Amino acid sequence: MMRIEIVKRPQHSALFSALSPFIALFLTLIAGAILFSILGKNPISALDSYFVEPLTEVWSIHELLVKAAPLILIAVGLSVCFLSNNWNIGAEGQFIAGGIAGSILPVVFPDFQGWYVLPIMLLLGMAGGMAYATIPAYLKVRFNTNEILTSLMLVYVAQLFLDWLVRGPWRNPQGYNFPETVQFSDSAVLPAIWPDSGRAHWGFALAIIAAVLVWFMLSRTLNGFEIKVLGRSSRAGRFAGFSAGRLTFFAFLVSGALAGLAGIAEVSGAVGQLRTSISPGYGFTAIIVAFLGRLNPLGIIAAGLVLALSYLGGEAAQISLGISEKSARIFQGIILFFVLASDSLIYYRIRIVSRLSDTALKGA
Amino acid sequence: MKKLMMALTVAASFAVAGPVLAAEKLKVGFIYIGPPGDFGWTYQHDQGRKELEKELGDKVETTFLENVPEGADAERSIERLARAGNKLIFTTSFGYMDATIKVAQKFPDVKFEHATGYKTAENVSVYNSRFYEGRYVQGVIAAKMSKTGVAGYIGSFPIPEVVQGINSFILGAQTVNPNFKIKVIWANSWFDPAKEADAAKALIDQGVDIITQHTDSTAAMQVAAERKIKAFGQASDMIKFGPETQMTSIVDNWGPYYIERAKAVLDGTWKSHNVFEGMKEGLVVMAPYTNMPDDVKKLAEETQAKITSGELKPFTGPIKKQDGSEWLKAGETADDKTILSMNFYVAGVDDKLPK
Repeated sequence: MMRIEIVKRPQHSALFSALSPFIALFLTLIAGAILFSILGKNPISALDSYFVEPLTEVWSIHELLVKAAPLILIAVGLSVCFLSNNWNIGAEGQFIAGGIAGSILPVVFPDFQGWYVLPIMLLLGMAGGMAYATIPAYLKVRFNTNEILTSLMLVYVAQLFLDWLVRGPWRNPQGYNFPETVQFSDSAVLPAIWPDSGRAHWGFALAIIAAVLVWFMLSRTLNGFEIKVLGRSSRAGRFAGFSAGRLTFFAFLVSGALAGLAGIAEVSGAVGQLRTSISPGYGFTAIIVAFLGRLNPLGIIAAGLVLALSYLGGEAAQISLGISEKSARIFQGIILFFVLASDSLIYYRIRIVSRLSDTALKGA
Repeated sequence: MKKLMMALTVAASFAVAGPVLAAEKLKVGFIYIGPPGDFGWTYQHDQGRKELEKELGDKVETTFLENVPEGADAERSIERLARAGNKLIFTTSFGYMDATIKVAQKFPDVKFEHATGYKTAENVSVYNSRFYEGRYVQGVIAAKMSKTGVAGYIGSFPIPEVVQGINSFILGAQTVNPNFKIKVIWANSWFDPAKEADAAKALIDQGVDIITQHTDSTAAMQVAAERKIKAFGQASDMIKFGPETQMTSIVDNWGPYYIERAKAVLDGTWKSHNVFEGMKEGLVVMAPYTNMPDDVKKLAEETQAKITSGELKPFTGPIKKQDGSEWLKAGETADDKTILSMNFYVAGVDDKLPK
């Protein structure tokens, strides 16, 4: 008889910090090979279409950036929230609020055109996301409500509000009564970075800039120190003279602004109009991205790209292997599971306890 | 470990090269909004795809992508099919319209076919079905069969295609019972079995004794079967899910259209068009009339025959709008543009159209 115990390490392991992605990759390859063999597909060509094929074509790399941009932008903001112990689950709603606020100019004032339209839209998008994130922050600070519930429930409010807007007041009058706004004019479309080779837009550049700025703030400024101290122990933070309430607002505002920016960048750069649904759940997927990147903004860039790759790879595998969308999603789940599970080795070690030492322990 | 990695690398470099395909095969791609196993909308498109493969054999090769969200993802999925060498691509949901147009501009030598939209281009056709013709027949049956005089209608989204169906249903019902009413619940989804089932339960609790739906799953049919009331199937023949429940179903028969268009590409005669076809052309087919007395069955068949021959057009006046204002004068028929952009209810619908 033996038992497996998980024991917390006194200090996090630098060795496993570096090793865990490789352990995860190895386990994913093995599990993937088993999964695809069961499905009757050649595991090597399956893994090839997942991880290699999307990176071998220029257009596909563009698509990777399109898919990764909103995930990175939102996850970077969420890292500030999660590090400071504020559980903002409503980034999806802030994303939508940003998309709506940013679309005011091109939808309501389509004749208003010029180089200044786009910067105003982006600012409005950030303001929209920020304003929407203020609600759960205020409720938490003022009434001590649970921000997980309030921010999550506000997602549905935002979705329904968008639905109402696009069906009703903002509907394209020439659109046969279909629920879509007008197409944005050229001056309201976030341009492609390299228009000759694909549609990756400046949203990705914004995501990188945001990640670097937030990384700098977290690692090099007093503000960042305050976030980490209050996040780990609010009591210790209070002794240091930091205000938890002020920080809650700060964290929600930053993550709301970035989610809002992601929203308007997606609407303006990738879709080109407002529709009843503008996100396939980016705000929720970004929570995974944030933890996959270990709440480090630079790590989040990599995590966002990896997750985007798994979406594209899943789609490529549907065509090249004829596997179903469900199997593609299962494999994506396997990847995430192993990555997050391997990361737990950084903080915990696995101990195999034999019965002998077990009784010895009891005796003592 | 090292050996495995080496083996993987070598194998991967071979796999990238890919197989060489026979040159004359026409590759046809499909984009689906749901899974082919929904037994409704996507199922029928997939049946059409299979008929196409069966009919043209080794002249065609088909691929599909399922559960593709409308929005930024659609453009990538359609482009992926185009890049994978598909020369004819069917995008089978309204929300793919702008993405289809955008990708079509990049691939002028690929032919695109968009279902239920309105934007065409040199290489983009639109095909749409007069589902509402089947709804009219259902309305006639419902009014004959209902004891409470109220039918429940589960809608997906309040877009013209769905509003046409609701209006046509009530107009058919009113020819039998002028006071017939329908209650509407919006599921705000094309495919959400749990929500559709809840909507069906809520409607039955409100006293309707006939259920009809414009959503894609079989959930409502199953609820109706449990509660022992009658229902109509949607998009496919759902008789298996309600052997004593389904009275008929509007079956979307896409196969012949897909075969015709693929043949046109093979012959080089493909041209962009915008078609709106129904019972006459065979796009709308009624599942067998079951679970009803013979006289009702006879009336349904007569109505169907009249619509097929063109003698009866569902949107023929006199028709009043829900607010009481006149829409069509006696004998006046609605034109296709009005039908395709319909966003109002006719009198008798017990619901406020979401604006």
